[in-house]
Amino acid sequence: MADLTGTPLVRERTGVRPTWRLLVRWESALVVLLLASVLYGVTSTPGFLSQNTVFFAGLNFGLIAIMALPEMFIILTGEIDLSVATMLGLASSAFGYMYEHHVEFFVAVLITLAVGALGGALNGFLVTYAGLPSIAVTIGTLTMFRGLAEVILGTNEVTNFAGPWTNIGTNPVPGTPLSYSTLIFLLLAALYGVVLHFTSTGRSIYAVGLQQEAAFFSGVRVKRLKFLLYVSSGVVCAFTGLLYTYQTNSARYDAGLGLELNVVAIVLFGGVSIFGGRGTLPGVLLSVFAVGIFDQVLTIKNVSAQEQSIVFGLLLLASVLLPNVARWTRALRDRRHRRLTSVIPG
Amino acid sequence: MSDQGMPVLSMRGMVKTFGSVVALSDGTIDLYAGEAHAFLGENGAGKSTMVKIMSGVHQPDAGQFMLDGHPAHFGGPHDSQAAGIAVIYQEPTLFDDLTVAENIFLGRQPLSRGRRINRREMNRRVREIFSQLGVDIEPSRLARGLSVADQQMVEIAKSLSREARIMVMDEPTAALSRSEVERLFAVVNTLRQRGVAVLFISHRLEEVFELCQRVTIMRDGAFVTTKPIEETSVDEIVRSMVGRDLSALYPKSEYEPGREVLTVERLTREGVFTDVSFTVRAGEIVALAGLVGSGRSEIARAIFGIDRYDAGRVLLNGQPLKGGSPTRAMEAGIAFVPEDRRQQGLVMDSAIDHNVALASMKRLRRGLFLHRAAESRLARDWATKVQLKFSRLSDAVNTLSGGNQQKVVLAKWLASDPHLIIVDEPTRGIDVGTKSEVHRMIDELAGRGMGVLMISSEMPEVLGMADRILVIREGRLSAELPRAQADETAIMRAATGQGVAR
Repeated sequence: MADLTGTPLVRERTGVRPTWRLLVRWESALVVLLLASVLYGVTSTPGFLSQNTVFFAGLNFGLIAIMALPEMFIILTGEIDLSVATMLGLASSAFGYMYEHHVEFFVAVLITLAVGALGGALNGFLVTYAGLPSIAVTIGTLTMFRGLAEVILGTNEVTNFAGPWTNIGTNPVPGTPLSYSTLIFLLLAALYGVVLHFTSTGRSIYAVGLQQEAAFFSGVRVKRLKFLLYVSSGVVCAFTGLLYTYQTNSARYDAGLGLELNVVAIVLFGGVSIFGGRGTLPGVLLSVFAVGIFDQVLTIKNVSAQEQSIVFGLLLLASVLLPNVARWTRALRDRRHRRLTSVIPG
Repeated sequence: MSDQGMPVLSMRGMVKTFGSVVALSDGTIDLYAGEAHAFLGENGAGKSTMVKIMSGVHQPDAGQFMLDGHPAHFGGPHDSQAAGIAVIYQEPTLFDDLTVAENIFLGRQPLSRGRRINRREMNRRVREIFSQLGVDIEPSRLARGLSVADQQMVEIAKSLSREARIMVMDEPTAALSRSEVERLFAVVNTLRQRGVAVLFISHRLEEVFELCQRVTIMRDGAFVTTKPIEETSVDEIVRSMVGRDLSALYPKSEYEPGREVLTVERLTREGVFTDVSFTVRAGEIVALAGLVGSGRSEIARAIFGIDRYDAGRVLLNGQPLKGGSPTRAMEAGIAFVPEDRRQQGLVMDSAIDHNVALASMKRLRRGLFLHRAAESRLARDWATKVQLKFSRLSDAVNTLSGGNQQKVVLAKWLASDPHLIIVDEPTRGIDVGTKSEVHRMIDELAGRGMGVLMISSEMPEVLGMADRILVIREGRLSAELPRAQADETAIMRAATGQGVAR
């Protein structure tokens, strides 16, 4: 039995030096994956960096990427929104219905965005003011929004949209190789990045995610902040629904089916902690690029969809595991160190 | 003391430190079979630490711990239970959805053939224990809905079924009615007859005289005295609990108090505090004294808007303050240094500068953006003013010592430029050196015309710092003592209800 009076000699850890910390950061792994994907694509496929590839890589993936931005903010506060993709479907259906009934374009757009705001407000209200767990609430609204979409549009598909925006699914933004969805994502990402990293709102988001109670005690309006994040998520996803509708030239109730998992995965893959408070916008940006391009490489290489999802699933697991492995090994080493030193009489 | 033979439990010179904080420097007590032994001391005197060593939660750093004359070493609570020690807490935690008998025999249920639980046998044994104790609780009912007193009985029955020889009761009467207290005392006497040693912790001295044979008093983590109850008095006990030389540790300066900064009128929150009225003036330090759980912190939380209140009102600089929102309270000029630094005071994983700036973000905005340079300037400025020891402002606050963490909390609130600062246990768990720095800071704040409302369980702090002392007892203001009239005995008496100072 160890001597009770002996004080264990525990070496104080002063932390990893900054340069090393940079190397073991998850973002660095993403850069490597991104470069490797590009390199592999370029060397194995002639014309990989052609305008065509860039356009198609970004076309549908851009939609997921747009929804990942508000999702990221919500996850940073320690909550989650699983209703993003069904909000896309609901918005698409609502817009399709109004188009069919000859509602003026801008009015229809505004109403669609309002539907998004309302849906987000419902989520936000239930999570903050009613105090329900966000995962349960948004699974509920996930189902509900899809049901509403089917009520509105039934199983018929609205197609043949007219007007100036009907070719965004085939033509890039003039003067660039980028799809509209990609460009809009980039602009929104800049906006979200500024808010997160350069405003007091961003500071509050991190504080709430790291220690909600302390944030509340310091005057952060926690409930209002979360509520507004849900509302903005609804609006952005409804807008994505509009993009989707014009990109595919169709409005269906099952638009974007199952995409919520991709959205959450992209955010987590970008190094955002599911427990909130940790993660950066550059991380999510890298995650979007790395996964988008990796996806494109696999598609060009004719890897089947099933195999693609297996590979992506493994990557996601790795992203959650790796930072923990580093911590576990550190903890293990500390424990061994302590056991060794505690038997030396103090 | 040796006339009773060998003590069942004996602790000598127990030492326990947490980091740089010495919680216990000389924990000493002897417990004999069949006695009810009162264990007294102010909050923070080291009683809880002693109990936690007995229950195996903490391992002592040094000292002699004997059971029946043999050295004892507990690796964890399990060892303590196996040695026959049971702790009954003020509010036991039973499993609501299990029956009383299942709670008592959890994990050790009597089995019949095929390893099935023998309910009948289990209920019979519980009924037997209850009848010995003279308690009437149905063993097969669910624990949900039992009164606190009945829950304690279930806990006592559980320890008896484990053949506990030493029972520690940690403020068991705090939440009980008078008749429930009487039943508990009857049970304690039954336990004594069965040879159980009962360690009884209470702040109600009249109960100690009613129940106990001997009393041990601790102060500042050290043993003061053990006496037979008939050889002592309330006065002597109170003096032993608090009596110490008020050193010149407290840099109290005299300021002329100005206008009223805070006015609290008949503030009431059902079941928590009732009809509390007082004022704090500019340049004045007002202390809320009282026992832990008397409602002091809750009053402060209500003023700052963390909790709602049911009646009464709060005025700041004469303006009524709408309750229920810390943000509004801050805008009105209130700062609040909460009791729980790690949960409520700081975002522990966040950087020092971000924490300091958190309560001042409105003023750090330039247009839509956060003015980062101004933020660093503010953080560096206040870190210097509070003499924070740090290496980089971008370090997470969890890398700092407890005292330095508290300085970050103070810096955060001072940076917000408040009219009134509420400090709840401002020096809890911080080392002596930093403690007096914090005291000096609080004194300076008052000197600059800020109103200070201080909650503290440490008598010297209250007496050394405050201009006026408000004693809260069971949610009500029980005494208001100006500095000149306040002494430790008067406060303790008002706090425990031993003849309110009038």
